Amino acid sequence: MKPPLFEYRAPRSLKDAIALLAGDPGAMVLAGGQSLIPALNMRLASPSRLVDIQHIEGLKGISVQNGRIVVKAMTRHRQLELSDAAYRANPLIREAMAHVAHVPIRNRGTVVGSLCHADAAAEMPMVLLATDGSVVAEGPRGRREIAAEDFFQFHMTTTREPDEIITEARFSVLPDGAGWAFEEFTRRHGDYAIAAVAAIVDKTAGRVSLAACGVSSRPVRLKQSEEILAKSGLGSDALKAASEAAKEAVTAPDDMHATTDYRRHLLAALVRRAVEKAASRTK
Amino acid sequence: MNRGTIRPRLSATSIDPKAAVALTVNGEAVSAEVSVRMLLSDFLRHELGLTGTHVGCEHGVCGACTVIIDGVAARSCLTFAVQASGAEVRTIESVAAEDGSLHPLQEAFRDCHALQCGYCTPGMIMNILSNLESDTPMDLSEEGIRDMLSGNLCRCTGYQNIVAAVRQAADALASR
Repeated sequence: MKPPLFEYRAPRSLKDAIALLAGDPGAMVLAGGQSLIPALNMRLASPSRLVDIQHIEGLKGISVQNGRIVVKAMTRHRQLELSDAAYRANPLIREAMAHVAHVPIRNRGTVVGSLCHADAAAEMPMVLLATDGSVVAEGPRGRREIAAEDFFQFHMTTTREPDEIITEARFSVLPDGAGWAFEEFTRRHGDYAIAAVAAIVDKTAGRVSLAACGVSSRPVRLKQSEEILAKSGLGSDALKAASEAAKEAVTAPDDMHATTDYRRHLLAALVRRAVEKAASRTK
Repeated sequence: MNRGTIRPRLSATSIDPKAAVALTVNGEAVSAEVSVRMLLSDFLRHELGLTGTHVGCEHGVCGACTVIIDGVAARSCLTFAVQASGAEVRTIESVAAEDGSLHPLQEAFRDCHALQCGYCTPGMIMNILSNLESDTPMDLSEEGIRDMLSGNLCRCTGYQNIVAAVRQAADALASR
């Protein structure tokens, strides 16, 4: 058998799940398993205990309330992708999700699982960041909301404590009349991004949100570019300056997919494309 | 870097915990006591003898082990048998009729020469079948079909004939 030895527990309540996590420092949460099980099969992870959260009441479903799209922990990628309510609330999500692996993976993998896995090149952490989203963590010390900005620390590292379970993710609803775009470059469809950009252009508020993944040790907001566009508008000079400024966000070293220089060039191009597309979709 | 943080946490014992699993496979209720780390792909092949589900990469890249879990295509190598307890699983063995007559999708694969060595075929069939049976309409454009097949690797055909087979099967099922 490929995976290493572990103890398997499938609690029925969140309270039990938290106690099981807190009771073993080597414990890990198992949701859809589409990142964790490959890591186990390759023995890159060796948890002493897996806490399967699939049977816990109240961890399923999607709701749109108070300007937030709330995605519970056991909600599969594909459920969010096909949710009409979520699409009406923020079409950026469905557009990005088509790029998350392949449908059979999205059928099992969970959105919150992907956020907790926090691969620096993964699409959903970037979308959470671009929409000023957050996650809710529950643990022995109670419940807290963590803003996306504070959640993603480093490649595969978040501010979730080992005894906490992320019970839901909250994506913001697209502001009225705002435009959106997702642009990604990969060698093959479904791969992790070599670089990707999510853009929200809100002309009424004079605000542009830009986030990128695949270019740094975590998903990043392109704040300098956002400021340039907020101050100077969406004309070609401002767009050029904003895409040039985005290059500074690239810190990923040369790897087998791309050099740093190439990623800088790529990110600038993707920022320009994403902002143009988002602007053309504003009402 | 503090080496303590990357040291593997090996358990002190070599106990391999087991758990009871009960699920439906191809319409039949099955139950067994298996190691909790047994993958669904190994459960199907080694415990049930359903060797039609192939195992390629065992980390979710190749799609050879694709089965249908509760109506949707999924990687059996990325699911533990214990996770599938209570689920309804369908494998390639359930696709042809009892008398051996092929499903229109299998017919289409044969007609279009959509396989050569056949290793990827069970996974391809289960993935495509879940799409043919789904309420979500299929995109039968060249790009749409290739997108649907993008999670299943084939090293023989170059995919052209598989795309043709998908189209033939969709037409055949639509005209029934």
